[in-house]
Amino acid sequence: MKEISIQQVEDLAKLARLGLTEQEKTSIAKEMTEILNYAQSLNEVNTENVQPTNQVTGLDNVFRIDQKIDSDIPIESRLGNTPSVEDNFIKVKKVLD
Amino acid sequence: MTENTIIKLNKKIVQNEGSPVRLYQQVLKKIDNIEDSLNAFVTITPKEGLAQARESEKRAKEGKLKSKLDGIPVGIKDVFCTRHIRTTASSKMLDDFTPAYDATVVKKLKDAGIAIVGKNNCDAWAHGASTENSDYGVTKNPWDLTRVSGGSSGGSAAAVAAEECIFSIGSDTGGSIRQPAAFCGVVGLKPTYGRVSRYGLIAMGSSLDCVGPITNTTEDAALVMETIAGRDEKDATTVEIEVPKYTEKIQNSIRGKKIGWVKEFFQMGVDKDITEAIEKAKKIFEILGAKFVEVELPYAKYGIPTYYIIQTAEVSSNLGRYDGIKYGFNAKNSDNLIEHYFKSRDEGFGAEAKRRIMLGTFVLSAGYYDAYYNKAMKVRTLIKKDFNKALDKVDVILSPVTPTTAFKIGEKSQDPLQMYLADVFTASINLAGNPSLSLPCGFDKNRLPIGMQIIGKHFDEESVLNFGYQYEKATEKEIWRQYKPVTS
Repeated sequence: MKEISIQQVEDLAKLARLGLTEQEKTSIAKEMTEILNYAQSLNEVNTENVQPTNQVTGLDNVFRIDQKIDSDIPIESRLGNTPSVEDNFIKVKKVLD
Repeated sequence: MTENTIIKLNKKIVQNEGSPVRLYQQVLKKIDNIEDSLNAFVTITPKEGLAQARESEKRAKEGKLKSKLDGIPVGIKDVFCTRHIRTTASSKMLDDFTPAYDATVVKKLKDAGIAIVGKNNCDAWAHGASTENSDYGVTKNPWDLTRVSGGSSGGSAAAVAAEECIFSIGSDTGGSIRQPAAFCGVVGLKPTYGRVSRYGLIAMGSSLDCVGPITNTTEDAALVMETIAGRDEKDATTVEIEVPKYTEKIQNSIRGKKIGWVKEFFQMGVDKDITEAIEKAKKIFEILGAKFVEVELPYAKYGIPTYYIIQTAEVSSNLGRYDGIKYGFNAKNSDNLIEHYFKSRDEGFGAEAKRRIMLGTFVLSAGYYDAYYNKAMKVRTLIKKDFNKALDKVDVILSPVTPTTAFKIGEKSQDPLQMYLADVFTASINLAGNPSLSLPCGFDKNRLPIGMQIIGKHFDEESVLNFGYQYEKATEKEIWRQYKPVTS
């Protein structure tokens, strides 16, 4: 099969919002090629008319009543791990110029 | 076998012969002595644990123990949220993360009266088979400190084997409870998918993740399951099926029951010593009156490629939430929002998480989705049917857990594919969703523990524990049961 190129790695990293060093790009391209080649063995399997398995124990949609549930965790403690908070809101950098 | 089982310790506590505080202090002393060389914990919590042990002691004196777990020192893999106790997933990304709530499994154990010892080391995000991916250093194997403890729940298995805690809770996405249990000579149960709540577990592969106990004996695993299993409204994949009294059911005879034997498994590069140990176990099961039936799992050999497509797809999605904004590592000095995402994720994630995010993003991306992800989801159906069909003919299947015993630190860490192959006998069971018990069945020529696994039907943890317990009882007097880790 074909090789994963550095360009492909860069495109994927962009989709994943993942910064990579030049060295990481090279090693990931090599490792992905190797792992995806290994996965080629699945092509031997005839999967015509086979349905994909999304949920292994056969559950269908599980719903609950659509109503508000009060939490005993105060908002301040929910935001306790958030790096940047103001008036119980999460602060982010400007999204639009 | 160790005297420090939950069952034995509980008897002492009930009769006021054993003190939970003293027991907890013994565990802390053990940690003082060996933790520097073992590294089985990321965080140790003597303050919280001692307070809990004191409460247990009070209850013991009043004859008001909450459960058989009351006063028992417990380790929790560091992928479970623990209220007000730092939870890192062994990744720098969550180095200073302190949850505001307990995972359901932790809450249930607290309600049962346990004393928490700390948070067990693991591969970062539970990605790995050796704990070498931990950002807090490798956990060494208590039987040979130059070898890995296995992974990803390596810290849990090593801590139980070295008696730094009496049992631990692990998670198993592709073998992460069973493989380290086998490497460290302890018992590990991966329950059926949906048997134990995943609420508060830092997600890895959400359609595969299972929560289960790592213990010294099968009876202890049965006891812990009675506490942690069951429906949880906070995890919609848990089911409304009654939790049996496992500790009673395991006493049943296995006479006349059937065990599946998969010939192909032993032609897949399994160490000679492992094959021999499992063949010996087979004889013991026969003496106990069980019958062996040959079964076939023709699609099992596609387990690893299927698993590494589905699992990385789910990983890439689950790790999407770490954006440097809501919680977790946040990079300094980014000029704008998008740069902040890239930098935080670059600096916060290690090599293996990055590799899996990239693979997962690839198999889910337009143009490759059908060829990889959807294909794997279809092969998953065939693997699941394989197990169902085989288990229609037998009560359980006996199989190796690992192709080798514990490998040397550094032996596979430079070759991701070789590391992935460590899951060859375990990952397909996560794809199929079945329960599986990993338990010791001897030692190899280097005196390293060997494990075997007993695989059961969906939601039939009862049978795998029953077979495991009967085997354990029948081999109590074996010489290898007397072997002790080098940490003891």
